[in-house]
Amino acid sequence: MNADRARTSQMITLEMDGLQALLDALAKRGYRVVGPKLRDQAIVYDDIASVRDLPAGWTDEQEGGRYRVTRRSDDALFGYAVGPHSWKRFLYPPIQQLWRARHKGSAVSVTPEPMPSERFAFFGVRACELHAIEIQDRVFMNGEMADPHYKARRANAFIVAVNCGTAGGTCFCVSMNTGPGVKQGFDIALTELVEGGAHRFVVEAGSDKGREVLAALPQRAAKPEETKAADAVVAKTASSMGRTMKADDVREVLMRNLDNPRWDDVAERCMTCGNCTMVCPTCFCMTVEDASDLEGLETSRSRRWDSCFTMDHSYVHGGSVRASSKARYRQWLTHKLATWVDQFGTSGCVGCGRCITWCPVGIDITEEVSAIRNSESR
Amino acid sequence: MALVAEKGAAVPAHDPMLPRVARVRKRQRDLADVWTLNLEMEDGEPLKFAPGQFNMLTVFGVGEIPISISGDPAQDGGGLVHTIRDVGTVSGALARLGPGSAVGVRGPFGTSWPVEEAKGNDVVILAGGLGLAPLRPMIYSVLANRKHYGKVALLYGARGPGEILFRAELEQWRRRLDIELQVTVDHAETDWYGSVGVVTTLIPRATFDPQNTVAVVCGPEIMMRFGAAALRKAGVGDQSMYLSMERSMKCAVGLCGHCQLGSAFVCRDGPVFRNDQLGSLMTVKEL
Repeated sequence: MNADRARTSQMITLEMDGLQALLDALAKRGYRVVGPKLRDQAIVYDDIASVRDLPAGWTDEQEGGRYRVTRRSDDALFGYAVGPHSWKRFLYPPIQQLWRARHKGSAVSVTPEPMPSERFAFFGVRACELHAIEIQDRVFMNGEMADPHYKARRANAFIVAVNCGTAGGTCFCVSMNTGPGVKQGFDIALTELVEGGAHRFVVEAGSDKGREVLAALPQRAAKPEETKAADAVVAKTASSMGRTMKADDVREVLMRNLDNPRWDDVAERCMTCGNCTMVCPTCFCMTVEDASDLEGLETSRSRRWDSCFTMDHSYVHGGSVRASSKARYRQWLTHKLATWVDQFGTSGCVGCGRCITWCPVGIDITEEVSAIRNSESR
Repeated sequence: MALVAEKGAAVPAHDPMLPRVARVRKRQRDLADVWTLNLEMEDGEPLKFAPGQFNMLTVFGVGEIPISISGDPAQDGGGLVHTIRDVGTVSGALARLGPGSAVGVRGPFGTSWPVEEAKGNDVVILAGGLGLAPLRPMIYSVLANRKHYGKVALLYGARGPGEILFRAELEQWRRRLDIELQVTVDHAETDWYGSVGVVTTLIPRATFDPQNTVAVVCGPEIMMRFGAAALRKAGVGDQSMYLSMERSMKCAVGLCGHCQLGSAFVCRDGPVFRNDQLGSLMTVKEL
């Protein structure tokens, strides 16, 4: 039990004023603080300055193709699962200018876009999302071909994680071994305790940067029962996952079923809209677009998020390699759960459930995998 | 060459998405819709490449596409030559660039033909249509070091006599005694005295020792699939067969996701693959 005691001694408790002081401390250090906010009837990530910006007392109901925000019976600030946004949109913006070229006579000078100098503090990062960031780190910081824009934003980011107190209806992080409790990769981690009229946060630092910020806040050492209650919050969430997926051998199951008739079945339902790829916190496909002013004196290139569900994605002269929706859905699913492992040494899925919730027809990744798996035993 | 941004932090010297400027030195029409551009890097620093690699070429204000290098890697100035079929917006714009025009170049990218591994072996070069262009640097390298290789067969198929690429060069190679050149066309009029039929029909006619042969194949995907099958039938192992794959590419550095073929990023793990590495990827439809 020594380890437990050591952990307890590092845990502190913040009250609401302490949480506000944390936001202030981050802003004072020059961070652009981004956190959950209720907007357009969804909980999205946006700039926040005050604890009053957080969606107090709100939760979300999530099912295949369904998302609704509803009131909770308490004033919890983090009493919901993940919404349509992920932190991807800040580390890897949907549109990024890459360079501009100026043309003077026959002379051409290409000027790279300045590296981002913005320093983000992400406030309220869930365990699945921490894993998603780690996965994108592997994609974008792959040695000499690393993406300098991602690298710069990532190096400057400060992460305040939150242990999940509520499992969404489409969550399956327990299956993917990515949550609901955070283990590493954060600067500060919070667990929200709302019980018997008291509203507290059990807090631990995960880095020196985090310790430095915490040191200046109004706080007290966490009581053993508070630490215990925090652990119970995570355990309760873990036991109430909306979905499950047997993930250990999913790579092999999918790769030996590239011709399974289930792909035709899902293709009947899939509208190839690409919503799943836009809300996925790890999907990284992008395309480039060139532009020119009317006189051709300045030309430029930008990149923007792309989706493997578009016909353009696999287009080579003469046609698209993956012309059918069956082929495009298979590409997405096998990439996410199988070939991703070969490419990056990790699954591309963190079990956040966004692709299920935001699919307009409610296609469920866990259901598709189990249908293919079950077809083998028939 | 360190680049410094106008403001903010310094840009890393190596931004893989940033093109260098080259100039069109020479433009030559090969076929009705195929043009070859000789490029020269504006900064004078030649771009070193290995046979089979490709560059991303930009027409400023229009766009960027991957094009294999078709020049001689040993040539002074780098042999920065690209052969382009006018089939789309960017390839059309590239094909129309006159001498002196600016072209953005990123590269070279990707894996190369097995120039070294093939030494001591017979070499079968199987090309279909424009697939001869990415193979030409390999042909140059083999011919320049001819004594290191056994028998060399260049088997080339085109759609018709008017579609035969690099015809003058093929005539030169035909006159050499140390390379067996066979050409066939899919369709021909009565004025064609050569072979008619798909390129795979040339394989049984060529002289090589299948046990000690390295085969390189480039052409439309369906031609490569049948070509690989015919080579296998002739006794060439998949471990000795190399194919150059084509997929959509937007970044060429494994980030854009477009060129995936199973687990492979064609831009980084290819374009040249050993056929045993491709395995079943060639037989699953729309993969």
